[in-house]
Amino acid sequence: MIEAAALSKRFGTVEAVSDVSFVARDGEITGLLGPNGAGKSTCLRMMYGVLTPASGCARIDSLDVRGETSAARAHLGVLPHAAGLYNNLTARENIAYFGSLHGMGRGRLDRRTAELARALDMEGFIDRRVKGFSQGQRIKVALARALVHDPGNLILDEPTNGLDVMAIRSLRDMLRTLKAEGRCILFSSHVMQEVAALCDRVVIIGHGRVLAQGTPEAIREQSGAQSLEEAFLHVLGTPTGVG
Amino acid sequence: MPAFLTVFAKEFLENLRDRRTLLSALLFGPLFGPILFGAMVSRMLNQSVAESDEPLRLTVSGREHAPGLISYLESQRVQLKFESLSEHAARDAVHAGSAQVILIVPEEYGTRFTAALPAPVLLFADSADSQTRKSADRARLLLAGYGSGIAQLRLQVRGVSPLLAVPVAVNDIDVATPTGRAVVVLGFMTYFVLFAVLMGGLYLAIDSTAGERERGSLEALLSLPVARGSLVGGKILATCSYMCASLAISLTAFVFVFRFVSLERLGMSANLGVSTALKFFAICLPFVPLGAALMTFVASFTRSYREAQTYLTSVLLVPTLPIAFASIYSLKTKSSLMFIPSLSQHLLMTGVLKEEPIALFDVLASAGSSLAFALVLILVTARHWRRETMLG
Repeated sequence: MIEAAALSKRFGTVEAVSDVSFVARDGEITGLLGPNGAGKSTCLRMMYGVLTPASGCARIDSLDVRGETSAARAHLGVLPHAAGLYNNLTARENIAYFGSLHGMGRGRLDRRTAELARALDMEGFIDRRVKGFSQGQRIKVALARALVHDPGNLILDEPTNGLDVMAIRSLRDMLRTLKAEGRCILFSSHVMQEVAALCDRVVIIGHGRVLAQGTPEAIREQSGAQSLEEAFLHVLGTPTGVG
Repeated sequence: MPAFLTVFAKEFLENLRDRRTLLSALLFGPLFGPILFGAMVSRMLNQSVAESDEPLRLTVSGREHAPGLISYLESQRVQLKFESLSEHAARDAVHAGSAQVILIVPEEYGTRFTAALPAPVLLFADSADSQTRKSADRARLLLAGYGSGIAQLRLQVRGVSPLLAVPVAVNDIDVATPTGRAVVVLGFMTYFVLFAVLMGGLYLAIDSTAGERERGSLEALLSLPVARGSLVGGKILATCSYMCASLAISLTAFVFVFRFVSLERLGMSANLGVSTALKFFAICLPFVPLGAALMTFVASFTRSYREAQTYLTSVLLVPTLPIAFASIYSLKTKSSLMFIPSLSQHLLMTGVLKEEPIALFDVLASAGSSLAFALVLILVTARHWRRETMLG
């Protein structure tokens, strides 16, 4: 379970995120939806502890990300906006590096890598160097790297950005599988259709604030709109939502 | 395995597979110095050996006015070439390089010489040209020798002891040992050694910081449950390992190069055998973590490979500053200077080359101060990595 409780963050005079609260539950996919610049990445970065909130608190499985950073991170897999790989290492080595840094032993690492290679269909290229991989192969390796320590929670920041249709499709399938395994998945996107296709719950963010949250159905009904897209535009208030 | 060792192992392996790192760390960096140096020194030696063997060439105009002088010069094995030149033509000839040194004996030379008055000769040479300046100096010395010989004869003829005209007798005693003389030549070799040390880690320092940021793997790494100090420590350790390799290769190359450069021909012995190389390695070892920490620190502030490269090229010049400063002010080895990294390594290595006794205190001060500076830089770098701005 991933919780944000009244998170706020300023950069200089800019209020990037203010008073953001929501809960992402286990066995569900929660989408953080908002236009570019709305504060989604800042929000997620506070959730995985690379930014410190000015006030408020982020919790992973009830562990405070600030106070118990390492314990909280052990329960969390992260696929940041820039999920670059090490080109001179093989896919297996990329995954093993993060596994070792999570403190996994050799045996457990080998078993887990084999498991992920099967689940993500990476067996054909697991021992090849990452240089020259397709987008689809790269996202699989990055996802396997985030999941290597078998975390109950997964945060993905705009994971579909720059991916082609095939890669997006396989990513969606993978996220659904992870959800079925009972994991808590939180991902951000500025693409409405993507969120609608995948999410059990939606948190709409604009100008660094939560504008609406709930199931896609509930949000649509609350705003009295015909479609989620209309509801999205309605709650944003402005055509851009960035202000 | 502790996290910093995991980071070390990964950086070590990844860069072992990177051609750019390998070329700079194990080939270009360490071999640049020895090869350039060997070529330079051997050319320098060949030149100066050749020069002292070669007879002086002198173009003379107006030989008929000074037959005595001419036969003296011939007796001194000077290769004379006779031409009739005006002052203007002589000046042009030296400028154009068709003659190095020209001696013009004017008409009045004969009459003034007979009258025991100072007899003028004109010596044309270009003092801005180091080659011809040496020839001009030799010509001047010969002319002065001829002059003092004539002066002595004149005094004797007049019943005066020539010794009266020599109030001070200067005896030049050169105390430079053969190795000491070689040190003048080898003086800046120490910089090449320190340069090799830094080049060995240059690309790894960039790749593990700015490179990590540029290829977008930094944020994922920073979101792991690993202390930032461990990340920085592992990266600096990996950089150190390549720097040590580079240092070892460089010193090995120096040993080989000096087998082929015959300093002995100049009466110098280049004391650069295996044991000297080992001492150099030990002296430079404490400089390795300092250099690695400095480069990692600087590269941590840059956003891209290119930017890091720009800044780190200046870092490569940093160790020259104390060495240049010391040679400008011709500082002698003092214990207080041993607290300045790079300068202390330079002084210790020079001391080893000169076969001077080395004080244990100096070695400890050099190593201790370098390691202390390194520790401070590592801590500062780790602190920077803990800051949010590290995400960029």
